[in-house]
Amino acid sequence: MNFTKILDILSNESILNVKGSRRDSFQQFKSVGKNVALASIPFALASVSPKTRAATNSMAMGAMMGSNEDVLKFALTLEYLEREFYQMGLDSGVIPAEDEEVFTTISKHENAHVTFLLGALGLQDGDLKPVFDFSGAPGGLNLDPFNDYAVFMALAQGFEDTGVRAYKGQAGALANSNDLLTYALQIHSVEARHASEVRRMRGEKGWITKSENTLPSAFQAIYGGATPESNTVQGGVELSGMFNSQGGDKALTEAFDEPLTMDEVNTIASIFIAS
Amino acid sequence: MKNKIENNQCRSNSEYNGRRRFLKIGGVALVGSGLLFMGGCSSDDDGQPTNPDVFDLGSGNLGILNYAYALEQLEAAFYTKVVQGGYFSSASATEREIFTDIQNHEIIHRDFFKTAISAAVDANQVLPELEFDFSSVDFGSRDAVLGLSQVLEDTGVRAYNGAGQLIDVSNDAGKTYLLLTGKIVSVEARHASAIRDLINPGSSYFAGDDILVGIGGTGPAFDRAATPQEVLNEVIATGFLKTQFTANNLPTS
Repeated sequence: MNFTKILDILSNESILNVKGSRRDSFQQFKSVGKNVALASIPFALASVSPKTRAATNSMAMGAMMGSNEDVLKFALTLEYLEREFYQMGLDSGVIPAEDEEVFTTISKHENAHVTFLLGALGLQDGDLKPVFDFSGAPGGLNLDPFNDYAVFMALAQGFEDTGVRAYKGQAGALANSNDLLTYALQIHSVEARHASEVRRMRGEKGWITKSENTLPSAFQAIYGGATPESNTVQGGVELSGMFNSQGGDKALTEAFDEPLTMDEVNTIASIFIAS
Repeated sequence: MKNKIENNQCRSNSEYNGRRRFLKIGGVALVGSGLLFMGGCSSDDDGQPTNPDVFDLGSGNLGILNYAYALEQLEAAFYTKVVQGGYFSSASATEREIFTDIQNHEIIHRDFFKTAISAAVDANQVLPELEFDFSSVDFGSRDAVLGLSQVLEDTGVRAYNGAGQLIDVSNDAGKTYLLLTGKIVSVEARHASAIRDLINPGSSYFAGDDILVGIGGTGPAFDRAATPQEVLNEVIATGFLKTQFTANNLPTS
């Protein structure tokens, strides 16, 4: 976040319309014991702002995000990857019978996501599809997901958690289109359902605690990034230590999922893209 | 905007500075009361006057955040009852951990919204602490608790999904709000998935055809996105909400 701009906004009373003491509101936090830096609060909630201006890419959130078409193509790459991965998994026999329904369900959804994105882009199936290599050889790995179920499951978790973070990172870029933004959100939450299910099948929680995970070390970037899953700053406010009675920082980091940038996602995906 | 304030029937809370009063309702039959959740505020409405003693969520981004805060209050209150109840006390360690975590998350979401909104507007524009009545719920019953948890989580997902496009991102704070609601909705979806899997383990139910929809002719593969009016009417229909409030000025696009 660009704090200079935030301070500009905060100092403009016509936007904030604040009359009371904002410090009082922070006494609401049970565990508040530290001096919260009120100047870092980036909230401005005037219902009608005299300073409305067109969305620009000047903010960090907007920077590095492409056009709507770029975002849809980015999403298509990920959905192609997931579709192919799950289809190969189902075809390979690596999935035990008792888990087939789950992965058939996930596979069905990824197929539909590809179909939807192709339609939105006006493309034919196969257009812009990379050649995938799920051994991870393009990234220097030597995995065997279609013979080793534990590896298959680990990759599934990785792809789903990456997908959630990828879509989340592009919401801002799509905000110029009500429809596209909504469609993206509707996919994003389904990926989160997938992620939760696969994680729990692997013995992890459905939600992400700090940046902890049981994936191979090559995939730690899935939980890292400029805003890692261990992030405790929300809306410019450091919340660490404020929820000691509600599960502490573990629960705090579980309660918010974090975005990945397009570049960060592409770096992860490139491990499995041969060309 | 469709819900542009046009007549005396529609007033913003700013006219009632310092009068942060709200009515408590004794019964549960709120559906069709007409006072609540009018889609907009225009002369086309049924003519129910806005009661100056009833809190309105507000307009613009304030309205959306108060709306989210209301839903998180409901969830936090519900799960707090869950962890105090008979099912939880005798549940498996796995299930106790799930509900403990979910309760923690919803309280964190709730408190975060309360503080964030309170930091930016007058106290009388912040949704008050709502009262809930869960006496109709058997917290000793696993089925009842799981069933209601599923409803609340699924509702939260589609509420946030529907609210995204209503957030005004033309200012920097609005961009922040969109990102924040995005960070929360995926966690609610993780909750929903886990609850559903407890209900019907190992099946498609975690992301079932019963809850998902198709887009552009596909099969069910997408979560729904619901309007605030839809969601708030469903909340009212549960009968859990004791505190009346209105949502007459929320953005509709």
